[in-house]
Amino acid sequence: MCNHGIHIMEEVKVIEIKKSIFEDNDRDADNLRADLKKRGVYLLNLMSAPGSGKTTTLIHTINRLKDKIRISVMEADIDSDVDAIKIKEATGVESIQLHTGGMCHLDAEMTRQGLDNVSIDNTDLVILENVGNLVCPAEFDTGAVRNAMILSVPEGHDKPLKYPLMFSVCDVVVINKIDVMPYFDFDLDKCKEYIHMRNPKATVIPVCAKTGEGIDQFAEWLLNEVRNWQNK
Amino acid sequence: MHELGIVFYIIRDVKKVAEENALKRVVSVVMDIGEVSTIVPEYLTDCWRWAADKEEILKGCQLEINTIPAVTHCDDCGKEYPTVAHGKICPHCGSTRTWLLHGREVEIREIIVPNN
Repeated sequence: MCNHGIHIMEEVKVIEIKKSIFEDNDRDADNLRADLKKRGVYLLNLMSAPGSGKTTTLIHTINRLKDKIRISVMEADIDSDVDAIKIKEATGVESIQLHTGGMCHLDAEMTRQGLDNVSIDNTDLVILENVGNLVCPAEFDTGAVRNAMILSVPEGHDKPLKYPLMFSVCDVVVINKIDVMPYFDFDLDKCKEYIHMRNPKATVIPVCAKTGEGIDQFAEWLLNEVRNWQNK
Repeated sequence: MHELGIVFYIIRDVKKVAEENALKRVVSVVMDIGEVSTIVPEYLTDCWRWAADKEEILKGCQLEINTIPAVTHCDDCGKEYPTVAHGKICPHCGSTRTWLLHGREVEIREIIVPNN
């Protein structure tokens, strides 16, 4: 407060800025998407809360697609490389770990730097596994072609109401762990209704990463997406 | 953690403006923050103090926050209403065909600098 007093005493001037702090990132993201389009590389940004089964879902999806298209994975976490190792061991595809240095999300510039470490000219699909978090990653466009999220049954069907932005930016919502639905008060129809309130165009795919149920549908959605991106 | 990331973006943008205008010091930064931007103003100012003091031109610089009220527009009855009180459902006609008009802003409105 004392400092504030001093500041009032001296002559000051105001410089008007009127700039969203997301503006530079949105531009970087558009540039990255245009560059990926030129190279024929599809980038998927996969988001979810921690523990929703992102890595397991990815492993099953990659194993269904790896003979059809070339895939690389970028695992983003605040720390550790357990997920990148797990993906590599279970699928054999290129998998690198990105550390966000304490940040709760990836932005377009961090994504571009990550892509510099991927064999980008020998891949069709790069899957970015974003930091487990339903708030911050939704705010920052990574430059991905599409956003996907995984919502798991134990988290509850009302998540789209609590994290509206996340659901409004996602093109596909995978509902995981449907095998445990009888043990939770999870209403799949209500969940779909809430998702479509946020984003009427969102594709909803119920899966069970453990048994493999529904994974074919997600893999097919992804394959179509990649082929469309490369052919258009 | 979220707020700290946002603070880093603010610092980056303010430093850029300072460089372009050959400023040695910034007295305060004024932000427009929407009511439903998911930013907690107290956390933002706490993170600001910690991070700004590490920058020579931002030592002691205040972060002032203007809250922009969240307003939702209803496509069915054409009216507007406060988002925080009523959420997605229009209190005038009960419709859910509504969209956010204001309230997600995270903008640097202006900076205040010594006049010399």
